Amino acid sequence: MTVKQVSVFIENRQGRLGEVLQVLKDNNVNILSISLADTTEYGLLRLIVNSPEKARDVLLASGFSSMLTEVLIIKVPHVSGALQNILDLLAKANISIEYMYGLSVETKDASIVVKTNELKRACEILDKGHIETMSPQEIAIL
Amino acid sequence: MIWAKEETLPREEIEKIQLDRFLETVNRVYEKVEPYRRKMDEMGIKPEDIKSLKDLSKLPFVTKQDLRDNYPFGLFAVPKEKLLRIHASSGTTGKPTVVGYTEGDMDVWTECVSRIACAGGATEKDVAQICFGYGMFTGALGLHYGLENIGATIVPSSTGNSEKQIMYMKDFGTSLLVATPSYALRLAEVAREMGLDPKKDLNVKIGLVGSELLTDAMRDEMHKYWGQDMLVTSNYGMSELMGPGVSGECEYLDGMHINEDFFIPEIINPETGEVLPEGEWGELVITCIKKEALPLIRYRTKDITKLTYEKCKCGRTTCRMANLSGRSDDMLKIRGVNVFPSQIEEVVLSVEGLGPHYEIIVEREGYSDKLTVKVELARATDSFTELTRIEKSVKSKLKIMLGLDAKILLESPNTLARFEGKAKRVRDLRKEK
Repeated sequence: MTVKQVSVFIENRQGRLGEVLQVLKDNNVNILSISLADTTEYGLLRLIVNSPEKARDVLLASGFSSMLTEVLIIKVPHVSGALQNILDLLAKANISIEYMYGLSVETKDASIVVKTNELKRACEILDKGHIETMSPQEIAIL
Repeated sequence: MIWAKEETLPREEIEKIQLDRFLETVNRVYEKVEPYRRKMDEMGIKPEDIKSLKDLSKLPFVTKQDLRDNYPFGLFAVPKEKLLRIHASSGTTGKPTVVGYTEGDMDVWTECVSRIACAGGATEKDVAQICFGYGMFTGALGLHYGLENIGATIVPSSTGNSEKQIMYMKDFGTSLLVATPSYALRLAEVAREMGLDPKKDLNVKIGLVGSELLTDAMRDEMHKYWGQDMLVTSNYGMSELMGPGVSGECEYLDGMHINEDFFIPEIINPETGEVLPEGEWGELVITCIKKEALPLIRYRTKDITKLTYEKCKCGRTTCRMANLSGRSDDMLKIRGVNVFPSQIEEVVLSVEGLGPHYEIIVEREGYSDKLTVKVELARATDSFTELTRIEKSVKSKLKIMLGLDAKILLESPNTLARFEGKAKRVRDLRKEK
């Protein structure tokens, strides 16, 4: 199952990230995970939040370039080699990973946010391998 | 449609009219305009030395500085009571330049603008919304009288309050828009923000744009937002010469037809003043041959263009000037390379994924010039590949066009400044030190 991630383009300017976070705070959006990838001049902020549509809309209304992207949130058991197994499964199916970052929730498992090509097929492969992914409903109540 | 028979005369007949009017102007200016007489005397030239159109090149130039030095009325050839109207340039630095019109000048102005508006597709059926600032600026009133003369319905909405502009367009059925190209694009943006699609919800079919460069790429943008069937023509003029109405494009969009029975064009090398042959790029110099109040001879426009005398497909035989490629003033010298902002604009508009707005910053780092171009993303993205593609594309196209390395800064949509009048997109920080 896929979930919606909020992606925001931000210029590398002092206080710019803070402005994004302020908008989310003002609108009661809860951030569950955050990743900031940057070059010297700009960055892409990627967020897993409890209400992605609302987050995108309020950011757009505040003049930020934001959009929703479908990603997978894969549950990873706390055992050595668990992540490697999952990636191996995807690699064998010729699915490439564009980026990934961690999502920490207080459960027995860890989770990672993964953006791959061919999302639908990636889901099927994970399902077949009995690897759990999180649903939008699960995210919404976190 | 062609407004006046003078636009289709054979070359000999145009030149005959020009010669008569030119000789009359030189004699009158020598007699009535003391500062110009002094210039001629200093060069040892008398009106009787001027016998043919070729002799034009013997005469001294007039520059904007001459107008400032003789502020306000020193270059006028008529007493003040003969004036019907006074206009002035904004004069961002120092005194403004002041221009005046007699009754005869007003008639000529109206005639000239009617011609270029007609060439741009205007008819008596049009509802013409004039989104130029009314006031001391000649653009708005020039187009106003010319279009009124054609019989169009005028909506003198001026600039600003863009939402209301869109409301007028919708409710009055505006079919013709007069604006700077950047304001025309801004208006399309405002319409979309209001939930309207200018292509479907508005009826603007003709754009008469001026007072700013219109690049081909910008014209494409106009079509993209206002509709492919919109006829977008650019026209040219400046208050010193009269205002709008010096020249304008016809439906073939192949250069701006000069109203040659009123203006004689020349192209010169801006550094040496030498007259260049047909087809070569250089600074446009205009001699007004039917102006009563302010008959400027060999006025240096600082605009860079080229001329052709070939007959146009539209049937007009008048000389055409190419769309401007910049101003000799605006020309930036970056690491020894001549750069016109219009060249950078062309690149920005050619890269997919970018909006039409940009800002050029030139700084000095040590002993070297640094060029930075800020561009605006047209849409949101989650992909570094896409961002890198855009950045590299602008960078490499600039390198090809100018031979210069530039730093490209990507900005969020709607963050760069919008302009309602002439756009100020260049910040040359080298001068501020």
